[in-house]
Amino acid sequence: MVAHSAPKYASNEGVLDALIASVSVWCESAREEHGEIILTTKRDQIETVLRTLRDDHQYQQLMEIAGADYPERHERFEVVYMLLSLTKNHRIMVKVSTDENTPVPTVTTLWPNAGWLEREVFDMFGVTFAGNKDLRRILTDYGFEGHPFRKDFPMTGYTELRYSEDEKRVVYEPVELAQDMRTFDFLSPWEGSDYVLPGDEKAAPPEPEPETDEEVEEEPVDGVAFEIEHADRSEEGEN
Amino acid sequence: MKLEESPTTDGNVITNYTINFGPQHPAAHGVLRMVMELDGEVIERVDPHVGLLHRGTEKLIEQKTYLQALPYFDRLDYCSPLCQEHSYVLAIEKLLDLEVPLRAQYLRVLFAELTRICNHMLNMGAHVLDVGAFTPNLWIMDLREDCMNFFERASGARMHSAWFRPGGVHQDVPEKLLVDIGDWLDNRFFQLFDDAMSLVMDNRIFKQRNVDIAVVSRDDAIAWGFSGPMIRAAGIPWDIRKSQPYDVYDRMEFDIPVGTNSDCYDRFMVRVKEVRESAKIIKQCLRDMPEGPIASTDGKVSPPKRGEMKQTMEALIHHFKLYTEGFHVPKGEVYVATESPKGEFGVYLVSDGTNKPYRCKIRPTAFSHLQAMDMMSKGHMLPDATAILGAIDVVFGECDR
Repeated sequence: MVAHSAPKYASNEGVLDALIASVSVWCESAREEHGEIILTTKRDQIETVLRTLRDDHQYQQLMEIAGADYPERHERFEVVYMLLSLTKNHRIMVKVSTDENTPVPTVTTLWPNAGWLEREVFDMFGVTFAGNKDLRRILTDYGFEGHPFRKDFPMTGYTELRYSEDEKRVVYEPVELAQDMRTFDFLSPWEGSDYVLPGDEKAAPPEPEPETDEEVEEEPVDGVAFEIEHADRSEEGEN
Repeated sequence: MKLEESPTTDGNVITNYTINFGPQHPAAHGVLRMVMELDGEVIERVDPHVGLLHRGTEKLIEQKTYLQALPYFDRLDYCSPLCQEHSYVLAIEKLLDLEVPLRAQYLRVLFAELTRICNHMLNMGAHVLDVGAFTPNLWIMDLREDCMNFFERASGARMHSAWFRPGGVHQDVPEKLLVDIGDWLDNRFFQLFDDAMSLVMDNRIFKQRNVDIAVVSRDDAIAWGFSGPMIRAAGIPWDIRKSQPYDVYDRMEFDIPVGTNSDCYDRFMVRVKEVRESAKIIKQCLRDMPEGPIASTDGKVSPPKRGEMKQTMEALIHHFKLYTEGFHVPKGEVYVATESPKGEFGVYLVSDGTNKPYRCKIRPTAFSHLQAMDMMSKGHMLPDATAILGAIDVVFGECDR
């Protein structure tokens, strides 16, 4: 019994078994979680699986293709297909994983609206789709470089643009932030933050090789950095 | 058409030409650029360029806590803000498996339907304006203004309400507001609406511009991922409110209007009928709405009232934790789609167990519809493109995200 009031579609009971019986040869895993049925399939079989689901299991509509980036995984991208059955009143998700260089077979052969959805995943994550004849960028600017929804793409981006009164056109420039990006996560330290809290680095155990203060000052890199910083400060003071 | 096959007049070869429709075209309903190949005045090919309003909403949401990310949803489809919030809060509630008090569910349904009326007023007004009628738009825009005033009285903001919250709604509505909404429906709304529609529905010019324009077969409508009024106009009685009810829609009595011809006129008429059904739902909400709490009583998700926060220690702690760290959502992923006024608006939410969404993919309604623009407008005249766009009901805040 569920407590939430999110959309209630036809019961999942028996659906998973029926799907496993039908497409398990091409699947890596199948599970039900939070009331959603999620199939993970082999990448090169995605078209076969979706075709079977469409033709034999009445999942007529492809509502969405979502990309997701998990940089710590071996194959970092996930492409998730949301299918809807109008006749059975049911939804399932089908997933494949891939990396930057391996294309996913297109499903434009099954649904014409997969074209733009694949273009969007390509634009945002850089996942390529083999067989999609029109794999252009779609949401980002003309001439944009990079794939902004990757987790290693900074939120501020790399370029900013403004109208230049001198050149009478819009010019692109590297991003200049007036202040540093501020990220607050507020995760409580005893519940799972995985970073060192500000100030805690002082409590770190001392280096294994104890050295005297003089020797530390003689260390070339640190010493230079310190001197430069000092010089800057003194200049400011004079000004 | 190939150059050598092109027709000629007096030795001059007539070739197709390509024009830009937009990105600053008033009938494009926003920043849509369509590269059109025209054979005379007949459309041969359309290539819609979207993304001119892309703001990276999904990336921004990843940087915010669940509660902070909510107002972004108002800014997607800025014509029906509360319906977008609805999908998002339901997705969070599904992951949390959180129970929402009955009064909150009624309030949400009431305001989602009011949003639907508000959205349709704008869309129908814009649609008739696109095909040459001016007066109806002015009249029903007045009704839209009334809806805005109701939103303002409930949430304090006319457009970007941020009023739906995980676990319920932000604040209860004043009793007088509910009375006024009922009065408005009984004494004002239908007079104006019927007057405006009487100018349009049987109007010869309006019919000439819309009947048999962009006919889409049932199979095409399914294959292209249509939803909402677009799929209903094709004769398929598919409405998520009915088939996959959320909140208290399963307690409501309403009909699903469907079209027969699947042309622009049918799409318009489906919306006209939908407005009446929405009014029916609102009246049922007003009639049946119980008293009670308007947000989940789970202090770990919904914040305490301010007065309570000043009085009790526990409420103060909850308040502080919720507005700094926010609540944690269990690991998992859900896809939750609701019936927004434009069609299926879905949220694919991936949680990694922290206080921020790991990934939040938004399924805009306009994306699939606009993609079919090429298929729908092929062989039609250039001015029909505006009618087709008007009947799609496209808003770029949502399409481009």
